[in-house]
Amino acid sequence: MAAGNRTWERPTVFPARGVKWAVYAGIVGFFIWSGFGVGADPGRIVQGLGSAVSLIGDFLPPTATPRQAERILDKMLESVAMAMVSTLTGILLSVPIAFMAAENLSPKPLYAINRGFISISRAFNAIIIAIIAVKAIGFGPLAGILTITFKTVGFFAKLLAEDLEDIDMGSVEAVRAAGASPVQTLLYGVVPQIIPRFAGLSVYRWDINIRTSTIIGIVGAGGIGSVLLTAFNRYDYQYVTAILLAIIAVVLVAEGVSAVVRRRYN
Amino acid sequence: MATDERRWERFDRRRRLSRFVLAMVAAVAVIGSWQFMDIGIVRPETIPREVGDLLTRMYPPDVAYTSRIVEPLIETIQIAALGTIGALVLSIPVALLAAENTTPNAVTFWLGKLIVTVSRSVNTIIWALFFVVLFGSGPLAGAVAIAFRSIGFLGKLLGEEIEEIDFGQVEAVRAAGASQAQVLLYGILPQVKPALVGLSIYRWDINIRDSTVLGFVGAGGIGVQLFRAVNAFAWQSVATVLLVILGVVIATESLSAYTRALVR
Repeated sequence: MAAGNRTWERPTVFPARGVKWAVYAGIVGFFIWSGFGVGADPGRIVQGLGSAVSLIGDFLPPTATPRQAERILDKMLESVAMAMVSTLTGILLSVPIAFMAAENLSPKPLYAINRGFISISRAFNAIIIAIIAVKAIGFGPLAGILTITFKTVGFFAKLLAEDLEDIDMGSVEAVRAAGASPVQTLLYGVVPQIIPRFAGLSVYRWDINIRTSTIIGIVGAGGIGSVLLTAFNRYDYQYVTAILLAIIAVVLVAEGVSAVVRRRYN
Repeated sequence: MATDERRWERFDRRRRLSRFVLAMVAAVAVIGSWQFMDIGIVRPETIPREVGDLLTRMYPPDVAYTSRIVEPLIETIQIAALGTIGALVLSIPVALLAAENTTPNAVTFWLGKLIVTVSRSVNTIIWALFFVVLFGSGPLAGAVAIAFRSIGFLGKLLGEEIEEIDFGQVEAVRAAGASQAQVLLYGILPQVKPALVGLSIYRWDINIRDSTVLGFVGAGGIGVQLFRAVNAFAWQSVATVLLVILGVVIATESLSAYTRALVR
């Protein structure tokens, strides 16, 4: 028997060993090509990081004059307010869209349209949406609300639609068989099955929206982002650090609140 | 007996009260927020018209513009790939620090947590603003920004994976006389390898989306072209760029989902 000559080889997901090495070589080649593409020569990185060390001094300590501190507070409240309002509008809008994007509840053409809408909303970064919103309806928090609402719909409707597709159709049939109208079927057969996830998802999205609302100001859509960009453009780096600390603090608080609420109400 | 007077209720009084209070707080917060922003919408009915007007001006997309965005598009993909691989390399030590079972002591544990928190709380575009100052404008600043943002994400999730590993295997490798590096290589790495690959691909997918906006702060990629077109009010060119971004994002998302299903 030739068994003595056989050595153990690790199993792999690839169909053959040759394919495996070809894929690895391809990946390595891609990274090298990318490195040249973006001009990432080690010398420049070292030089950049070297100037980072001296630049860190310019960023410290974080300082804000009383007027600047007031401005941070005011614009931060605007960010949080934008997130609050658009979480609500986003969720309200995503409920009907989620129903129309659930394969088991919606006719095919309607399903396709709403899934398409969800894909579009998820594909574009909030900044891109914000730029377009600002061009369409002007600078200010309203553009921000529109942006975050749009992003919320993509996220929320997708997850809600997936929940709806997983519901137990048996209880829906039962409600219908008891003689319920379509509205009653929805209300008593479908809604009770998705309510538990609803609260957790809302708070989770609120948390993400707080993060988003702190940056879209960079393109003029309201909130603290505009202050940050101005500070950067004026080379007022100590003020930048103060703003960044404020953003990190707010993001952490939102994350904490969201974690606590999700643990208690899920 | 008074049992027939009792009604079934889903929650006891305390739960109901806390739910009611929570809903009230949320309602007050939303109403207060709206009033705080002081948005005087004089004619709310004009908003859909304005948005619709903009979308009409985007049609038909300017196909000729495609040739000008091929190069920035490739650059975007390169930024995302390099940023992800850079983050992967840097996030492994961070994950080892931030995992309770591999971190040397309490100080290093909190250091790991601090790195993860700061990296995750600062958005890519803010990191990009910072690195454009350091490296000058261009794709390199973008790639480093992407990397710094991803360290927290990968470090956190990888750290959680490391906390879940079977420590018996690590002990066994150590008992066989392995050095620290060998313990890492043969005791820990094989256990987290599927997660490592899956998470990196997932993050690469997110990074493609993030790197489309880096151009706004001068950090390279397709964003440069997009913002140029927006500022020139060349809406048909904007539509072309948006369609291309949509295509790329959907393609990477399916590729990422496919590959992740493979390694899992």
